[in-house]
Amino acid sequence: MAVTRNADAVAPVRRSSPLAIWFARHTSISIGSLGRLFRHPFSSFMIILVIAVTLALPAAINLIVKNARSISGSWDNALDFSVFLKQELSADEAQGLGRLIEQRADVDSVLFISASQALGDFKEHSGFGAALDQLPENPLPHTLVVRPSGGNTSASMTLLHEELGNLPESEHVQVDTEWVQRFHAILDIVKQAITIGAALLGIAIVVIIGNTIRLDIENRRNEIEVTKLIGASNAFVRRPFLWTGFWYGLFGGLMALALVFYGLFLLQEPVSRLAGLYQSNIAIASMSLQEAVAIVGVGVFLGLFGSWFTTARHMRRIEPR
Amino acid sequence: MIQLENVTKRFPGGQEALSGLSLAVDKGEMVFVTGHSGAGKSTLLRLIALIDRPTNGQVVVDGQNTARVKRRKIPAYRRQIGMVFQDHKLLYDRPVADNVALPLIIAGVGHRDASRKVRAALDQVGLLHKEKQRPETLSAGEQQRVGIARAIVSRPKLLIADEPTGNLDPELSLEVMRIFRRFNEVGVTLLIASHDIALIDRLGCRRIALADGRLQQEEEEVDPWL
Repeated sequence: MAVTRNADAVAPVRRSSPLAIWFARHTSISIGSLGRLFRHPFSSFMIILVIAVTLALPAAINLIVKNARSISGSWDNALDFSVFLKQELSADEAQGLGRLIEQRADVDSVLFISASQALGDFKEHSGFGAALDQLPENPLPHTLVVRPSGGNTSASMTLLHEELGNLPESEHVQVDTEWVQRFHAILDIVKQAITIGAALLGIAIVVIIGNTIRLDIENRRNEIEVTKLIGASNAFVRRPFLWTGFWYGLFGGLMALALVFYGLFLLQEPVSRLAGLYQSNIAIASMSLQEAVAIVGVGVFLGLFGSWFTTARHMRRIEPR
Repeated sequence: MIQLENVTKRFPGGQEALSGLSLAVDKGEMVFVTGHSGAGKSTLLRLIALIDRPTNGQVVVDGQNTARVKRRKIPAYRRQIGMVFQDHKLLYDRPVADNVALPLIIAGVGHRDASRKVRAALDQVGLLHKEKQRPETLSAGEQQRVGIARAIVSRPKLLIADEPTGNLDPELSLEVMRIFRRFNEVGVTLLIASHDIALIDRLGCRRIALADGRLQQEEEEVDPWL
């Protein structure tokens, strides 16, 4: 004993800096917590899966809303104005007006549909062919289908709409934007609902992680008591559990990303088929890097918060007896 | 090192484990606390380790009045004391060396420093060759020696032990006591609760006999087995 002591006193003391010790300690505790998760792979996987699904759900719905908005947005730009002209206008006058409108900078092209052509189309598609034949004269006016140019903003579209309506020759200008506006209003509601739902699911994650860690604490009660008996502080016994929460959150977030991307992958083919049918080049907008980082970040935050919350309550309670 | 002044510990039920107990243990002493179970031996050690607080009176350890040690400061206080338990209180999910290293890890000692001290402590209890084994593969006597190595690894000035030989046969008990003796020789103060009177007599150390939470005159101590 005495010999050992002397040897200690003489031996060169190579002390690491407190920061290096702190860092090394956290590294070993975090790896220890990770190892603990891997020692029960099935139950750990189940918890991570629950967290992942809970995170992926609002993320996926958010992505759907984002896509729906961009798709409807592209339709919005392709909207045509149907300018119904006054009955007394002749076909020649109407065509002349069409050429005039076509010269505007905010107009891409103008398609002239004569009254007789419109009636013909209507007879063909409506199934009222025989009934329409009974009419003494064509009730339909000549129509100009005005396609705005691509560079229009919604303000300039409104202006174009107004000016077309103010033409002395025009009877009525119809734009089918109303359904788009309604659709956007619905999307706004869905988005709001996602925010509320995401908050509730966030609480669910905190509860899930908190409960898992509470069970973990109960299982390691003896260890905590012994460690406290030897002089461990609450902070010390808490640390591995905080790391466990961190890992659950991190893996949950990463798996949520994997689920969302797998979902996108599954949708790729049917969406491009649909796009083909509409002769449109709709492609699914994927998640941005910020959104991906945010999902993982939220997972980590909720994991840490859940474990922090639980350990704060239970660590003080467990004291050596 | 340890002063108790008129210490009473009453449990919620009303029974008194200690009744107005006063005693003192000097620095560098090796003292045994004897008495039948229920005499208050464990309670005394629990008060010193701040697992319990006295109902009345004061306990002063190494100049610190334990009543003034706040709850948040208890961990730091306990780190100054080495503790040995009858049931070893080892952690069975990790090897011997990690068990012994635990107080150092708690104190934030660097890895290299810690492993050197762990080896020194295991060497002192003669278990250096078993540092990588799991505690459950060791015999009861060896497990107790691991517990002792853990208690002394951070070089406490005071070591308290509650029935350290309670589960050991006489030969192993003597071995454990010899280890304690060696620590005492280098200046560690020891307070050991035990009912193994025969063994204590062989060591020739001071004895504090408790009966019903009070000091008992040593002459009155009668070994029922003699």
